[in-house]
Amino acid sequence: MEEKIRFTLNGKKTEITTEPNQTLLWVLRNQLGLTGTKYGCGTGFCGACTVLINREPSRSCMLPVSDVAGKNVVTIEGLSRNGKLHPVQQAFVDHDALQCGYCTPGMIMTAAGMLLKNPSLTREQIIEGLENNLCRCGAHTRIIDAVETAAKEMQGGK
Amino acid sequence: MKKTDIKTQESSGEEIRNGMKRRNFVKLLGGGIFIFFQPLDIFDLKDSVLPQGRSLTKDYNAFLQIAGDGTVSCFTGKIEMGQGVITSLAQMMADELNVPLEKVKMVMGDTDLCPYDAGTWGSQTTQTFGPAMRAAAAEARSILIDLAASKLGVPASQLEVKDGFVVDTKNPGKSLSYGSLANGKKLERYLDVKPAVEDYSKFTYVGKSYKHSDARLKVTGQAKYTGDLKIPGMVFARILRPPSHGAKLSTVDVSGAEAIKGTQVVRDGDFIAVLHENRDKADEAIVKIKAEFTFNELKVNDKNMYDRMVGADSRVNVLRTTGDMAAGSEQSDKIFESEFLDPYLAHTSIETHTALAKLEGDKMTVWAATQSPFGLQDNISREMGFPLEKVRIITPFVGGGFGGKAPAQQGVEAARLAKMSGKPVMVVWTRDEEFFYDTFHPAGVVRIKSGIDKSGLIKLWDYSLYYGGSRGSDTIYDVPNARTTAYSQNMNATAIHPFGTGAWRAPNNNANTFARESQIDIMAAAAGMDPLEFRLKNLKDQKMIACWKAVADKFGYVPAKAPGGRGIGMACGTDAGTWVAMIAEIKVDKSTGKVKVVRVACAQDMGLCVNPQGALIQMEGCIQMALGYTLTEEVMFEGGNIKDRGFDTYEIPRFSWTPKMDCVILDRKDQPPKGGGEPALITVGAAVGNAIFDATGARVYRMPMTPARILEAMKKA
Ligand code: FES
Ligand code: FES
Repeated sequence: MEEKIRFTLNGKKTEITTEPNQTLLWVLRNQLGLTGTKYGCGTGFCGACTVLINREPSRSCMLPVSDVAGKNVVTIEGLSRNGKLHPVQQAFVDHDALQCGYCTPGMIMTAAGMLLKNPSLTREQIIEGLENNLCRCGAHTRIIDAVETAAKEMQGGK
Repeated sequence: MKKTDIKTQESSGEEIRNGMKRRNFVKLLGGGIFIFFQPLDIFDLKDSVLPQGRSLTKDYNAFLQIAGDGTVSCFTGKIEMGQGVITSLAQMMADELNVPLEKVKMVMGDTDLCPYDAGTWGSQTTQTFGPAMRAAAAEARSILIDLAASKLGVPASQLEVKDGFVVDTKNPGKSLSYGSLANGKKLERYLDVKPAVEDYSKFTYVGKSYKHSDARLKVTGQAKYTGDLKIPGMVFARILRPPSHGAKLSTVDVSGAEAIKGTQVVRDGDFIAVLHENRDKADEAIVKIKAEFTFNELKVNDKNMYDRMVGADSRVNVLRTTGDMAAGSEQSDKIFESEFLDPYLAHTSIETHTALAKLEGDKMTVWAATQSPFGLQDNISREMGFPLEKVRIITPFVGGGFGGKAPAQQGVEAARLAKMSGKPVMVVWTRDEEFFYDTFHPAGVVRIKSGIDKSGLIKLWDYSLYYGGSRGSDTIYDVPNARTTAYSQNMNATAIHPFGTGAWRAPNNNANTFARESQIDIMAAAAGMDPLEFRLKNLKDQKMIACWKAVADKFGYVPAKAPGGRGIGMACGTDAGTWVAMIAEIKVDKSTGKVKVVRVACAQDMGLCVNPQGALIQMEGCIQMALGYTLTEEVMFEGGNIKDRGFDTYEIPRFSWTPKMDCVILDRKDQPPKGGGEPALITVGAAVGNAIFDATGARVYRMPMTPARILEAMKKA
């Protein structure tokens, strides 16, 4: 049975009609055209599908869309403001923290969520927080550096 | 002017077809100056297997266009999958033509727009493509100068190129832009000259670091991978899969799937799929199909496979031999015999195999995540009976390949389904399908019998490899009596590999390097020598020696005999024309057997390094990825049933594994560029294995070196 589901998506009020058990991942990708959020495993193990739900990094591939009713969802497309990259995005560019780029949106959303909660993350905390996001190209060392830089930037440091 | 031929196209059917195709490019792209060239040396290709009906050697596999708006484009069937060629090739072109980097465009992996190319693998892109492309760019430059000379009425010698203009050196106010020179022209040239060795010191862009030119698109989620495309009427497919390789469908009932609203079930023999406009619905429908299979399993699994390999009736092929094995034994004071085991490995790109197919009239267009767009075009044409020119493959961004996307079965599946259903069909393999249909890195066994004399010189090296592939099996060390023998599939015997295998990153070089460099360490320890001193004593290869010096320096290596409890190990090797030496430092938890790689130093001689930043990133990526085959990765199977179907059991490297990395690229501007996407991967297993020995005195002969295997080896030590 289809239902109307309302939530805030990248700052905009959004209403969709869908069966409530459809996953947020495919609703975003297929129904709402936001394809920056990636499918990597569909079973919660890779993190490519990570979005922020009420500021919390969440895996959209296992999440029924009805769960986000009334909540605030941010995807990779909603992270930059008026063409200005979010500090984490900018740091990924500056550190060249990507190769094929497929894991990148999930990495950035996870890191951005972590920094929302605690902008003064240590390197160890960054590693721990990203541990369950997988990257096969091996961009890890630069991703850690990038998130460290973004953390400094967000604390207003240099 | 340099020698270039304006070719006529009547010599063969192949040439006529390609000749027509060349004119199509010119028409399609609206004119300009075109330089067709051959990025691949014919003679380098004699060993590679070409698909039927294709000729690589007769024609031009790439071209360069200068368009009326001054844009310089290179069209090639190669693809970008994270290795950064889209940036390094553009740099080379910008340099040769002296145009701003932003004016340069790479058009890759579109079978309608790009000439034939066998595929992107083996670190060949920069190595073979780069110099040829630059020669083509040089040709374009001389054409531009000639055109400008006649327009301006001055001798060509008085003109030079600068920032996209041809400038009169005597009269700097007088200049013509490339765009204005190319505008309205339909000029085709075919480059038959061998690229000359060039003066690398003159380059502006080459040799400097450039970041990924596509980074901004990728960090904002704008970069389009195949799965991100959507066209009107598109449906998602899920295909009924057998539970194991070799299983045959016996009965099937699809009514459960059909009961789901909006689902279409299509069938052609055993090929059965559900289609739905929503992916989740297709997922729901596919599990409603009731199917039964019959099995005829091979009695092979991840435990007994090695015995099966060495016991098999194999084809025996001596790859290299120098001196005499009996003499080698005689000259040796100590003889060592070891056996090394290497398992099947999965590719596990984070993007699974994905394809979107659309049939319009009699033309099939397929967007696919593939390392071989033309290979896929061939397969669709052959399997579905489409003429080649009626199949177009377009390659959007590819989310990692590592050899796993050389086969593109999903593209054929999407094309078949598009034809069967009359709708555009998107196939996105699940992670389970990705594991099941992966063409794994083949497992193998290496046996080595070697010997040293009293002074620590290697006198005997008898190397046998079973079923693993010979890349990287070179002796490297200076040994008077050496032989390499390969045992491989005998055509009349039962298949050794129970499922598909194929290229991985640096195919099998990791296994050969693991075996060789472990054996070297075993001998160094027996000789009572520091492992680096032992290596240098037995090496004559100057490039390798230079790499060792550089890496020892970078690491701050202090000589000591192993096992010394420090947890330091080393290894060297060559891959894709590149030399690499590595020193690793690890910690072993002696109660659990768990290894943490703390630090890796790596030195690489890759000839001229076109984009040092890009090359460093590739080295880091190799080291990180290699930790997987070294410590955890191994495909478990029983007959044709792949037991690892996800990241829950098949563990790939994570953030907490990342060691401190110190990478150096030797300065070799005088040498042609070589491949850099794979070499640093090959030495990690051996360096870590040798470090485990240094830390614990225990030798592990089998990869991955899991905690259980390390504990077991420690018991024996
Ligand atoms: S796609 Fe959601 S965790 Fe992998
Ligand atoms: S950059 Fe390719 S998977 Fe992370």
